[in-house]
Amino acid sequence: MRQATTTRTAAVVGKDEAPVLEVRGLVKHYPIKRGLFAAEQVVHALDGVTLSLGRAKTLAVVGESGCGKSTLARCMMRLEEPTAGTVLLNGADITHVERQALRPLRRHMQIVFQDPYASLNPRWSIASLVGDPIRLHRLAAGSARRRRVAELLETVGLGAEFLDRYPHELSGGQRQRVAIARALAVRPEVIICDEPVSALDVSIQAQVINLLKRLQREFAIAYIFISHDLSLVKHISDWVAVMYLGEIVELAETRAVRERVMHPYSEALFSATPLADPHAAATKKRIILAGDVPSPMAPPSGCRFHTRCPYRKDVCAEKAPELRVVADRLVRCHFAGEPGFPPAMQASGQVKKRVPG
Amino acid sequence: MTSRTPVLEVDGLSVEFRTVRGVVRAVDDLSFSIGEGETVGLVGESGSGKSTAALALLRLVSDPPGRITAGRVRLDGRDLLPLSDAEIRKVRGRQVAMIFQDPMMALNPVFTVERQIGEVLRLHLGLPKRRIFGEVVDLLRLVGVPAPEDRARQYPHNLSGGMRQRVMIAMALACRPRLLIADEPTTALDVTVQAQVLELIQSLKERLGMAVLLITHNLGIVAETAHRVAVMYTGQKVEEGAVADIFDDPRHPYTKGLLRAAKWEGAKEGALHEIPGVVPSPFEMPQGCSFHPRCGDVIPRCRQALPGLADVAPGRPVRCFVAQGDV
Repeated sequence: MRQATTTRTAAVVGKDEAPVLEVRGLVKHYPIKRGLFAAEQVVHALDGVTLSLGRAKTLAVVGESGCGKSTLARCMMRLEEPTAGTVLLNGADITHVERQALRPLRRHMQIVFQDPYASLNPRWSIASLVGDPIRLHRLAAGSARRRRVAELLETVGLGAEFLDRYPHELSGGQRQRVAIARALAVRPEVIICDEPVSALDVSIQAQVINLLKRLQREFAIAYIFISHDLSLVKHISDWVAVMYLGEIVELAETRAVRERVMHPYSEALFSATPLADPHAAATKKRIILAGDVPSPMAPPSGCRFHTRCPYRKDVCAEKAPELRVVADRLVRCHFAGEPGFPPAMQASGQVKKRVPG
Repeated sequence: MTSRTPVLEVDGLSVEFRTVRGVVRAVDDLSFSIGEGETVGLVGESGSGKSTAALALLRLVSDPPGRITAGRVRLDGRDLLPLSDAEIRKVRGRQVAMIFQDPMMALNPVFTVERQIGEVLRLHLGLPKRRIFGEVVDLLRLVGVPAPEDRARQYPHNLSGGMRQRVMIAMALACRPRLLIADEPTTALDVTVQAQVLELIQSLKERLGMAVLLITHNLGIVAETAHRVAVMYTGQKVEEGAVADIFDDPRHPYTKGLLRAAKWEGAKEGALHEIPGVVPSPFEMPQGCSFHPRCGDVIPRCRQALPGLADVAPGRPVRCFVAQGDV
């Protein structure tokens, strides 16, 4: 079954021949043992995720806490060992590469975290922070390294005057630029951006996004852009993957997502994102989901979204839907593609409000 | 603009902090009012003074280093600033309640939900012990906590983020306050849970006729929940108006920039609209208008003099020479 899904995924997603980064059937389970005699429980952080990222493209991974988006990033970077599945970098399987051999591969893949306050060592100067990956990968030494760091700071819009400053002297946006310069230092092909702007002020977010887009054009970098902000993602990515409880529920080109979404969870996520437009806000179809995301230790039977889905039917609790091709995308829902589904998306112009029931 | 009975009236509020590097004016001559059943959004970026202003309303700014240097705060016509410590303590929690961004910080981890909400009921309403559990369960039911009898006996760590925020709201509403101050109430929550909590605040406000002061950096939340909005920059109100007016026709260049950024304008053209530069350090405030180094509409006068607030339309005060000249 998985094989079939993978092939079909390739049919829709594989438009970028020779992807720079690919994961197939990625699974990550964390065993948890509570107490001496308790049965071992498993956190299903990722369950069979298949994705591919084209050169100089941006793939956004969207979902709420516990959906597995950060675990996915960590498995791609091999910061976590996946339980099953494969990670391919430029077509080469790096899933089981030994620690020693991993370092040269890490040159191709870097990560930028959400919180530049936590990801930069406060005792290091900016020169050492950005110079460190250059030293580790033996790319330059001495004054050549310092020159390279100054050049990198220039590239991210900070001047050489920042070389001898420390993180506490910088604003949030400047720190995130340092984190980006640090990732750029090894000339990677892929940068995983884990919520790179959500800790920043609104007026600074656009600056950092513009910087990331410029770097993508200049250096042909591909991004995995992890975010919970769908309105942002719609504007900056080429592909969008929506995740729920360790699974992809919808995967499509951003162009298609802007037109409509097909999975009820994607729909709820879009409708819950506040719009900076009071008129649109007054008429938009707002779907308020009941309850919280279920525990990934005991994902619901059948469709994992059925406990919160406003359109659930009996079959949803019994049978887990496959991620299947529906029109121009992949959707994990029994009813996607049926005429008039999901209903709220069809009732155009009509206010439809759902109260938790 | 407000025809409603004012619940909160703030007039010329200023707050200063004395630090080793000098005196910082965190809130500068701030005025606004909130009517019954009205939600006012106080919007700004970090360092704009919006949270300090909210704390100052309840005299929660610690002195030293902070000090309220000027202004008047009235709740239902009663002056709050001259009150004795004992009197203001009665106002806090009873007539004015506050909820914060991080419910885990505001809840005591070693007490059960019942004990924490019960404390409010006992202190402010003098409820006898035997009635407390029942009242706590009723409050939890009001804020949509499922299985309230079980939840009441649990500790904060047993609850999800959304549930904790509901407990915070239940605690805030325990005394049916006249004014609810919500400081970034959903910033720590996921979007689908954020939608639940905002809807809850909205429906409770209608049911209880509270006034709500919503402090946030998220313009989307303001557009969806507030009636009026005041925009703050470096401690000053730069613009105020009805939500639809501000969003349709922002007059201050900072408001314009914020809105364009919040709508991700410019994405199609390849570069998002950005406000250049950063918020100035409070120790290095520019001469004249504090926004002028980041402003695209700057004229020579902006570098020399600080613009005052003046109405550019009825109920639309704006602090900008250029906008004021437009009229």
